[in-house]
Amino acid sequence: MVSALTEARAAAASVVDPELPALTIEELGILRDVTVVDGHVEVTITPTYLACPALATIADDIRAALSAAGFADPSVRTQLSPPWTTDWITEAGRAKLTAAGVAPPSRSLPILDGSGRYSDRFGPRSEEVLCPQCGSSRTSEMARFGATACQALWRCEDCREPFTHVKQH
Amino acid sequence: MTPDVLPIADDALVAAQRLLAWCGRAPTMEEDVALANIALDQLGVARALLATLGDEDALAMTREAHEFRNCLLVELPDDLSATPGAAGPWGDFGVLTAKLLFLSAYQKVLYDRLADGEPGALAEVAGKARKESAYHLDHATQWALRLGDGTAQSHARVQAAVDGLWPYTYELTGFVDRADWLAAVEPVLAKATLTRPADEGWAPDGGRAGRHTEHLSYLLAEMQSVHRAHPGATW
Repeated sequence: MVSALTEARAAAASVVDPELPALTIEELGILRDVTVVDGHVEVTITPTYLACPALATIADDIRAALSAAGFADPSVRTQLSPPWTTDWITEAGRAKLTAAGVAPPSRSLPILDGSGRYSDRFGPRSEEVLCPQCGSSRTSEMARFGATACQALWRCEDCREPFTHVKQH
Repeated sequence: MTPDVLPIADDALVAAQRLLAWCGRAPTMEEDVALANIALDQLGVARALLATLGDEDALAMTREAHEFRNCLLVELPDDLSATPGAAGPWGDFGVLTAKLLFLSAYQKVLYDRLADGEPGALAEVAGKARKESAYHLDHATQWALRLGDGTAQSHARVQAAVDGLWPYTYELTGFVDRADWLAAVEPVLAKATLTRPADEGWAPDGGRAGRHTEHLSYLLAEMQSVHRAHPGATW
């Protein structure tokens, strides 16, 4: 017999990111907590970027998934602290990003040091990003900002394909 | 001492509105995307902070100019020329560069301080916002370097922008230690072969008390027009 909490957690964790549907919100690291009190489910999520427009959609999708799993009146709350970082993307999530043609974020922080402070502003980008198509490390950044807040546009010098890269954050 | 939330929220809200005016009008497609991203980040900070004070829509869309607490720098148009429009129909990219450099350096210093300060809504928002500000500062820095240490024309235009905006930076840095802000900005200006005015002379202020330039009322009229035309509308 599966507990209500286990069911609720599974339903919430299965919701996929609207922008990167290869990943679930659990793999993305934005699912914070699931609690069940007297049959009422509350899910806590953390936004990737403060202004992420997908957050409202994700909240709706979580509520829909929980309703479909039989939970009446589920609620979703947002928690800002501690702030989400790309380090919370799971290994499975990183592998799925690469398979989907998106270069995952590195764990090193070329712009931001561990405390979020700005460092080495005048130096070249020291980050190594592997081409998700051919695996080459001979890649270069074309544009720091991309279609969504989390993405940058890169290019492979070997296979000549452009690809998106999730920036460290 | 922790500053009030409203001035910080209004800085971000008005800055977002100015940046959004470049959407579809930036010199390159990549720059258009970058400025839209930066504007969206600013809007995210504004929304998160205003939501702690009350109804974010009511606060953004129904206050009058004298009720806003943003600094004057963010409400200025991106054009300081004597004949408006002389730098181009959408504004002067040199002014945008200098303004974004000054603003993002200030916000980075401020958010770092708030994130490590008194726990609460400001600290939480600042903890996220400071990482985004680092990218804004990097973007402005790269442009300052290219334009300042660029051609004679680009150098002259961004130098004029630095000189023209400098008086507004005293009010801008009110909530932080100005030395910290100078430590962030001066190395960029130096590497960009730009000079900065001495810290003396005219220092306009009043934004924190609701005394704004005429530019804010035009900005708000456009920003608030749809909401005011259809009060209470939802979709």
